[in-house]
Amino acid sequence: MRLSRSAKFVLAALSIATLAFIYLPLGVVVINSFNASKNMSWPPQNFTLHWWQVASQSSGMLSALATSVVVATASAAVALLLGTLLALAMSRYKFFGKQPVSLMVILPIALPGIVTGIALNNAFRTLLGIKLTIVTLIVAHATFCIVTVYNNALARLNRMNRNMEEASADLGAGIWTTFRLVTLPQMASALVAGALLAFALSFDEIIVTTFTAGGGVETLPIWILNNMFRPGKAPIVDVVAVVVVLISVLPIFFAQRLTAAEKSS
Amino acid sequence: MISKTPLKLSALVVGLALALSGCASSGGASNAKLKALGSNEKTLSLLGWPGYAEDGSNDPKVDWVTPFEKSTGCQVTFKPYGTSDEALNLFKSGDYDVIAASGDATLRLIASGDVQPLNTDLIPNYKNVYPFLKGQAWNTVAGETYGVPHGYGANLLMYNTDVVKPAPTSWDVVFDKASAYKGKVTAYDSPIYIADAAVYLMAHKPELNITNPYALDADQLAAAVDLLKAQKANVGEYWSDYLKSIDSFSTGNSVVGTTWQVIKNSMPAGSHVEAVLPSEGATGWSDSWMVSSTTKSPNCAYAWLNYIDSPKANAAATEYFGEAPATADACQYGSAGFCDSYHAGDAAYAAKIWYWTTPVAKCLDGRTDVKCTDYSAWTKAWQEIKG
Amino acid sequence: MSVNSVREVDSALAVRPTFAHRVSAKLYSNAKLRLRLLIAAPLFWLSLVYVAALLALFVTAFWTMDSFTGEVRVQWNIDNFVQLFTDALYRTVTLRTLGIALAVTFIDILIALPIAFFMAKVASRRMRGILVISILMPLWASYLVKAYAWRSVLSNDGILQWLLRPLGLDTPGYSLVGAALTLGYIWLPYVILPIFTGLEKVPQNILEASSDLGAKTWSTLRLIVFPMLLPAIAAGSIFAFSLTMGDYISINIVGGATQMLGNLVYTNVGTANNLPMAAAIAMIPVAIMFIYLTAIRKTGALDNL
Repeated sequence: MRLSRSAKFVLAALSIATLAFIYLPLGVVVINSFNASKNMSWPPQNFTLHWWQVASQSSGMLSALATSVVVATASAAVALLLGTLLALAMSRYKFFGKQPVSLMVILPIALPGIVTGIALNNAFRTLLGIKLTIVTLIVAHATFCIVTVYNNALARLNRMNRNMEEASADLGAGIWTTFRLVTLPQMASALVAGALLAFALSFDEIIVTTFTAGGGVETLPIWILNNMFRPGKAPIVDVVAVVVVLISVLPIFFAQRLTAAEKSS
Repeated sequence: MISKTPLKLSALVVGLALALSGCASSGGASNAKLKALGSNEKTLSLLGWPGYAEDGSNDPKVDWVTPFEKSTGCQVTFKPYGTSDEALNLFKSGDYDVIAASGDATLRLIASGDVQPLNTDLIPNYKNVYPFLKGQAWNTVAGETYGVPHGYGANLLMYNTDVVKPAPTSWDVVFDKASAYKGKVTAYDSPIYIADAAVYLMAHKPELNITNPYALDADQLAAAVDLLKAQKANVGEYWSDYLKSIDSFSTGNSVVGTTWQVIKNSMPAGSHVEAVLPSEGATGWSDSWMVSSTTKSPNCAYAWLNYIDSPKANAAATEYFGEAPATADACQYGSAGFCDSYHAGDAAYAAKIWYWTTPVAKCLDGRTDVKCTDYSAWTKAWQEIKG
Repeated sequence: MSVNSVREVDSALAVRPTFAHRVSAKLYSNAKLRLRLLIAAPLFWLSLVYVAALLALFVTAFWTMDSFTGEVRVQWNIDNFVQLFTDALYRTVTLRTLGIALAVTFIDILIALPIAFFMAKVASRRMRGILVISILMPLWASYLVKAYAWRSVLSNDGILQWLLRPLGLDTPGYSLVGAALTLGYIWLPYVILPIFTGLEKVPQNILEASSDLGAKTWSTLRLIVFPMLLPAIAAGSIFAFSLTMGDYISINIVGGATQMLGNLVYTNVGTANNLPMAAAIAMIPVAIMFIYLTAIRKTGALDNL
């Protein structure tokens, strides 16, 4: 199919319109972070660096950010391990009960967050009788993150050429050596992509977090939510959002480069 | 190759879950008052409205927790909650030693045995608390004091002075006359808001014989629900956080509805809004600090209860949140005009406030010939009102 | 290669096989054992942490709550479900939620298709990289911040009104339309990405062969691309649909005076502390999601998330 010039033009125009749609509200966030008035009226009249200054001194924000990074890293790590194991099992073996398992791994993300949230809250507190802590939060996040790693890993494994693994085994490499030296390198970029998505999912999750985080655990979204309830603090939240988006460019760019390098090689 | 392991395993898990779920546990609670104070424990875990226990981590200049920690050695952790109901749920986890609860939660906490009666002799600052806040239905049951007042405030009527003319003196602008502001009326998003309708009905439908807006029998509740369902047609949105209320009034999305004094005070400069306490009176809150019946830090808990009613801390906490302090002495410490702005200590003003109290089946107005509707009935009704 | 030959290789390599070697050889020869080792941990986690919790929640729906103390009492009954089916409230809210979820899914697919197509088939490699980053970046701006940004955009005094007024139009304000727009906005990246990945997999030569045979662009799209893309579209729709089904925050921020299923669940568990009723209501979105997953399972969407 060769697209005509006009078809390409229309596609480009629609893409630009979509990007505008995506960035318009983000632009509002950036501008509001400099807005001198707490009023949301458009266009803003005066600008200030006040909110940036207040945000930079907010140790509560920094510790919430740190908590979020810890939770997202730990959940992504657990999801990476479990998702990879499951993908290996599902791609290499046929067994009874395979269909239910493939459904089971999707459920935590396919069922609404509030269902996952109250189910886990009830399970932790009532069934197991344990207190909600950062550990229960990580367990909850890891559960719905498994699927992102699993899907990426499974797609890669299904496309992978098995000849190299067999050659490795033929050459006498043990099962672990073959995995480490042959299978894993081929999966690496898919795993990075999966783990990154898991990190992002956990980092911005709020509903399941509300129900599974312990009293002293404040992730960044929870901090933001609490600040919405504090008198006159809203624009700080805009500052935080802008900073996080700017920082996020780095890991995304890195993952992008990794995938691109792999494709060209 | 076929393996049945996964299925067998999940069958086992299901069986286990069913077995476990059959035995929900309940913690052992002590109902005895503390006789004497001992030495302070190391930690204290607080649950309260956002801004009730600031330790400077949100703003280095706003900090009354650190001085407490320094003087008592109790390390404080604080969890803020968004609504009374969320608070109740969190407190039931048993993770908190002390809770700052509004009157729509306190009776439920007392009834479920989650909080313990207090020995007010061990709280020296308690004697400075305004008398009209002591021994009230929301903090005292059967002569036992369960809560130490933090501060109080009224749910006022706010209106846009450009749109709502003449200046209203009655809640009728959000009820019977609300259609004039269709789509721009706002109301508080909680079942307890049903009491606001009941306050209105007390004045305008005397034949319903409502004597306490928190003691409604089935017919009285139905009348309030009808009023609120009619109001719903004119409501632009319900609010439950500051931010939503402030910005909907500042952009003109809302022009009339319930508010808190602090919202009025935080409106951006140049906003054309005013807030009044209408002639019918209003609902309001008087928050109490209560101690968990299962706390492992009773001494730190009592120390906090005493500290929060000390003049300086009480002023700092209530001014930051935006409400009247619980003690007259606090007025020496707030910024100029703080106590006047919130009508602190004004007994006549306070008398017009119906403080949030949990509606319970045993009528709070003393009636014994009927059963009143309880909070869960109100919750159900509230969901139906919102549709 | 047979199992025996491995043993031979193993023993040939190491005169005295180490423990690791023996484990390796054992594993190599025993596929069943290998599968069990691989699957044990993930399966244990998913069934014990998640499925067990879900089942327990389902069981709770048949219990009751003491309305005053807020304690859950084990008293088997189906009152909660009877209420669900007889009370008009739940029907109205379910239909409203379903309507919003479908609208959001539809809007997202409609917006996602052109840009995904442009990224996969028109843009240069460099451009594609930049576009993927631009699509991913908003994911990191907090959900709440985005929802509040939309509150500002949609307000009577906001940028949308400012842009639309010269055209004689008004902002949809805080309403169901506002909520659908906001939710569609927030979930959009989750829909674009699977569709983009799906399109990347459609080989260029199939498209070219089709056009060589004289098919018009539109017929190629409809007859060749769309069927190949269906699993990816369905995969993207799972996110938009399910995330909307469970939402209760955006509707509060931009939805005006209305509520969704998520709010009913949240109110019951948070406000009324009535976990049994909340559990019963939660079964509505669960049932809807099961129907939805079964319906799109045939497209192969579940392997395309």
